[in-house]
Amino acid sequence: MKRVTAFFAGLLFGAGLLLGGMTQPSKVNGFLDVMGTWNPSLMFVMVGGIATHGALFRWVTRRPSPLLEPRFMIPTRKDIDAPLIVGAALFGVGWGLGGFCPGPGLVSVTQGGNALTFVGAMMLGMRLHSLRAR
Amino acid sequence: MHPFTAALLGGALVGLSASLLLLLQGRIAGISGILGGLVPPTAGDADWRVAFVAGLLAAGAMATVAAPEAFDAAPLRTVGVTAVAGLLVGYGTRLGNGCTSGHGICGLTRLSVRSLASVATFMLAGGVTVFVVEHLLGGLR
Repeated sequence: MKRVTAFFAGLLFGAGLLLGGMTQPSKVNGFLDVMGTWNPSLMFVMVGGIATHGALFRWVTRRPSPLLEPRFMIPTRKDIDAPLIVGAALFGVGWGLGGFCPGPGLVSVTQGGNALTFVGAMMLGMRLHSLRAR
Repeated sequence: MHPFTAALLGGALVGLSASLLLLLQGRIAGISGILGGLVPPTAGDADWRVAFVAGLLAAGAMATVAAPEAFDAAPLRTVGVTAVAGLLVGYGTRLGNGCTSGHGICGLTRLSVRSLASVATFMLAGGVTVFVVEHLLGGLR
């Protein structure tokens, strides 16, 4: 059951990224190019996402538990530590360099080319982190 | 459709998917976390992650046929630069516990202080990087 619903959630997520324009590195580049010809359209992906998730989040978490698991697993940490900031900075540099963040990279992977290169390197980077964190 | 409208609707679908995953499995829809849990995979926790990633890939495969304009026709950067970008995104999102989805959409929705700090940092780092690449290095295409 979880496999079916997770697949559907992934499909929906991917459709949203595609419709929103996140799978076009040229748009990401334009969005981050504040000093050039700034293209603000991707800001609206975030607005639409937060508005929708915000409206549904309270309703969902009012339940005692999710439908397929015994409890909610929602992060509760509030400390701002060095790994959070250094990690976000490295991610931001990579996002600006390649024009892909993780979701759109995966959605674009069947295109081959740069998307495939990006995802392969991203998984290597994740693996390097898990080796270091052990 | 106006790009702003499409972006708003696309974002709404992403928010709906995140809400669905929360309702079903009680989990945050953070793509770097979902994929990172597969590198390496752990027994009993891999199936739903593989299924979610397969859904992302299926959406892309369908768009290749139905909406090819959802992808760029030309690559943004050289292959080498893209590989470095991937390494940084992979390592950085695991170190910083999230990316544009987990921190950007889910975290900001919950008004998480950590996510706010993360989003401000990666937006700034991304903006500075694009400034350097586009305006000082000629685009690296």
